[in-house]
Amino acid sequence: MNALKPKHQRLVLVVLALVALVGAGLLAAYALRNQASYFYLPEQMLADPPEVGQAVRLGGMVEEGSLHTAADGITLTFAVTGNDGSRVPVRFSGIAPDLFVEGSGVVAEGRLGADGTFVADNLLAKHDENYVPRELQEMEQHQAAKMAEETTVGLE
Amino acid sequence: MHGFANPKRFLTLASLLTPLLLVGGLLVSAAALYWGLFHVPPDRLMGETVRILFLHVPAAWLGMGGWSAIAIASLVFLVWRHPLAALAARAAAVPGLVFTVICLATGSIWGRPTWGTWWVWDGRLTSMLVLAFLYLAYIALAQAAEREGVSARIPAIFGLLGAINIPIINRSVVWWNSLHQPPSITMGKSAIDGEFLAPLLVAVLGFSLVFGGVVLARMRALLADIQAEARLRRRAMESA
Repeated sequence: MNALKPKHQRLVLVVLALVALVGAGLLAAYALRNQASYFYLPEQMLADPPEVGQAVRLGGMVEEGSLHTAADGITLTFAVTGNDGSRVPVRFSGIAPDLFVEGSGVVAEGRLGADGTFVADNLLAKHDENYVPRELQEMEQHQAAKMAEETTVGLE
Repeated sequence: MHGFANPKRFLTLASLLTPLLLVGGLLVSAAALYWGLFHVPPDRLMGETVRILFLHVPAAWLGMGGWSAIAIASLVFLVWRHPLAALAARAAAVPGLVFTVICLATGSIWGRPTWGTWWVWDGRLTSMLVLAFLYLAYIALAQAAEREGVSARIPAIFGLLGAINIPIINRSVVWWNSLHQPPSITMGKSAIDGEFLAPLLVAVLGFSLVFGGVVLARMRALLADIQAEARLRRRAMESA
């Protein structure tokens, strides 16, 4: 058997060490999945509720049509929905960020009340990964049909 | 490839490429930022604040790219013992740190109006902050190794170890629920509209050229330091 050249020996050693290291790091990070998450999803909160009064975060989508402002003008109630449709009602008093609207993502900081309503002290708006110019979206809604009509007229 | 490991040949090529990359990169970056800041329509939700994208995203990519360069150069140095690879790794550290800090600062400024907070300890933000600290540690270690005459293998090993953070940063928004949104640009797909994407990609090109130019300039400076020191030592020997 031929002895490895020192250069190749080093290459094998470094690559082996690197593979072991990356593997260990990725496994550790993957195992942290639940602990390192920034918030509970509604389905996680319903399946494994945190202690009543314990400070936690709840994140998900603001359910369409669920957002109501109470008579005092600053108390908001809405429902946060998860990926599988489970929902948690939320109550918040204060000023919500600009991006906080129905149908968009939100992270609420607060605690779960005894009645199952999440009482938020603070709201953070979550942005999704889509970037679309304002004109284009308005066009999509109002003018797309008209534009399609105009362009198809010439073809007929 | 081995031809470039010859410092003399490297210096000839580098002295030609450095001004080319720096001037070209600055021009391309300036054009991309002008395009992004003045000629791109506002975003449907974020409005005008979307323009910080053209600074934040290229800086984030190059912050991570800088450490990838350190890791690759460190591997080459450890295995093939090319002294230029050790220099390349050291030269990439400072621009990598600068881009990481730009990413953190612009992200914080962007987070305030969009999320409603300057900072949160979610997976993406925390792992990016860790990257900035890794850069600081690497720079201190490489300098100490040079000053104390310790083998350059020690910073190289640290450069390889630190690379574990790069896939963690990349996957942080997928593995863990985070306030930062999931990736917009994945293999061959983009959730960023073409009107935003075009200036973004030009900015990435421009920033990358600047990055390359700075790395070459720093490598030349490090080589000049080594040569000056060798010359001083020789003179001291002769006069003795």
